[in-house]
Amino acid sequence: MQLVLEKRAERSATIAIASPLIAIALTLVTMAVLFAILGKNPITALGVYFIDPLTDPYSLGEIAVKATPLVMIAVGLSLCYIANIWNIGAEGQFLIGAVCGSWLAVRTNGTEAGYWVLPGMLCLGALGGALYAMIPAICKVRFGANEILTSLMLVYIAYYIMDYLVRGPWRDPHGLNFPTTAPFDPVATVPILIEGSRLHAGTLAALLVVMLVAVMLGRTIMGFEIRLAGAAPRAARFSGFNSDNLVLFTFAVSGALAGLAGIIEVAGPIGYLQPDISPGYGFTAIIVAFLGRLNPLGILIAGLFLALTFIGGENAEIAIKVPLDLTKVFQGILLFYVLACDSLIVYRIRLIGASSKAVAANV
Amino acid sequence: MFDAIVQIFGLIFSVNFILTVITASTPLLLAASGELVVERAGVLNLGIEGMMIMGAACGFAGAFVSDSTIVGAFTGVVAGAAMSAVFAFLTLGLAVNQVAAGLALTILGTGLSGLIGAGFVGARIVPTPQLHLPVLTDLPVVGRILFGQDAFVYFSFALIIGIWLFLYRTRLGLVLRAVGDNHTSAHALGYPVLKIRMLAVLFGGGCAGLAGAFLPLAYTPFFIPGMTAGRGWIALALVVFASWRPGRLVAGAYLFGAVTFLQLSVQGLGLGIPPQVMSSLPYLATVVVLVLISRTRGAAGSAAPASLGVVFVPDR
Repeated sequence: MQLVLEKRAERSATIAIASPLIAIALTLVTMAVLFAILGKNPITALGVYFIDPLTDPYSLGEIAVKATPLVMIAVGLSLCYIANIWNIGAEGQFLIGAVCGSWLAVRTNGTEAGYWVLPGMLCLGALGGALYAMIPAICKVRFGANEILTSLMLVYIAYYIMDYLVRGPWRDPHGLNFPTTAPFDPVATVPILIEGSRLHAGTLAALLVVMLVAVMLGRTIMGFEIRLAGAAPRAARFSGFNSDNLVLFTFAVSGALAGLAGIIEVAGPIGYLQPDISPGYGFTAIIVAFLGRLNPLGILIAGLFLALTFIGGENAEIAIKVPLDLTKVFQGILLFYVLACDSLIVYRIRLIGASSKAVAANV
Repeated sequence: MFDAIVQIFGLIFSVNFILTVITASTPLLLAASGELVVERAGVLNLGIEGMMIMGAACGFAGAFVSDSTIVGAFTGVVAGAAMSAVFAFLTLGLAVNQVAAGLALTILGTGLSGLIGAGFVGARIVPTPQLHLPVLTDLPVVGRILFGQDAFVYFSFALIIGIWLFLYRTRLGLVLRAVGDNHTSAHALGYPVLKIRMLAVLFGGGCAGLAGAFLPLAYTPFFIPGMTAGRGWIALALVVFASWRPGRLVAGAYLFGAVTFLQLSVQGLGLGIPPQVMSSLPYLATVVVLVLISRTRGAAGSAAPASLGVVFVPDR
């Protein structure tokens, strides 16, 4: 028996739509098996994970809160990935965005500063993320250094920069020695949308980003250039598009969006800067981007789904006592299935036995 | 300031320094050796970090349950190879993008190792014994460096020498390099491209698993979730640094081991450097080294295998 891939005459439109759903279904089956191995009732466990959060309003709000950074980062990353450019350091750009925006909040803390503080913070956050993303981008176009490795290394460095600041110069003097900054002033905080929930205006910003990127990708020359660079790099070169500019542009946009997500997260649901502001949003966003088929609208749906897994995982840890790491396992398996199913869009899979192989060889 | 410099020099030229560097370098060398073969065959497996941490968790579990380092190391190798088998199935069997599949492997490995290792956090094992030869090990200076290491260290050198011999002195090694440089031609000549790549990926997975197992078996006698701390990524950078050549890989791994040691010891000197600066040193060094190495190569063209990371689907 041998597994053989055959290229389809054209991309299968049916499978293109069905593949994320097949992937999710396969993941759920795998998870059920995993729950059974851990000695939990699979049906109850899956219910706690995926159904319970959808049944109460507070959890629904929390899903939107978690989906906000995921969608914002993933939309930016999708631009890179479409063009075959690999920014995998969004986590670092997220952290640096949070740090740069927080600088203004820390400086104006307790002063009479007006309503310009929050817009200023958002701009600084986006700018910080973009500039931090320019490091691997420039290293790539100027020196040819592999952007995968440099952007990833910068995640660790970003973490230590933030850690230094909140433990050192920015630490709240009245904070009982906890490594956090002072709580941000109301003018430095993202407004809450619905009283009693944590749903904040940043979610609207994420929706706006989805729309803007969708328009940019579908209706502008830059968007065309990005799609062309991914689909037909040779054609892109012959038509005179500059691939260096594309690297700089996609890194800048994805960095800015990650940075913006970072400062929104800190100025929104968290309210101050502290060492662990992200449960790996920058990495989960990579899964979101692929699950959403690198399409802004798809990413919106995928972001909500992945956010559900975060909330479900937290619930499951308390309700049925399964380790929190299960969420990561789940996300990793999901990405595998998504990638595997995507392969079916372009290829048809044939299992060939020893005898039919001989026949095939004669044809 | 002058005193501090004298102190740092004192550190660098001490036997202790060399011993610590060897310990810090061994996991990097083991993991990078495997990846070197994988990349020479034309496959880019970014999942080293995930395979390493799985090797660490399973290796510790194996050693703890069996009370044997050898069983532990073996379990680590199997865990790493099993993870890489998933990667091989996707990238070679289903022609999935290698970058994305490698990332998935790392995410999965991090989660799965936490799950497996959760039961072993806080447990301790007897660390891997170090060689002790009567007379030889007791020689001043060189004794402990040459004859007082644990089996992992000696194995890491045997491995890289073996890889060098394989790549440059055997027919199969030549075929493997051909597959990595031009899979279409290799296929046309009748070499089983996907089969060779699969074996290379499994070998790389085993090496990464062993490198991971080294951490809880010899580096520290316990398991901490996430204890690989980016070593898998540094190993990837080392392969680029080494221009895909085994000899330079050893030099690179020991250079990075030295940086790690510097980070630990300078902290002890009390120079007022924030610990975060020292902790980020290996990562910063990786970025700088990548830039320098890519820059000097520049006009001469990349030394990377020509088919590296390119999906291959054989036509019949």
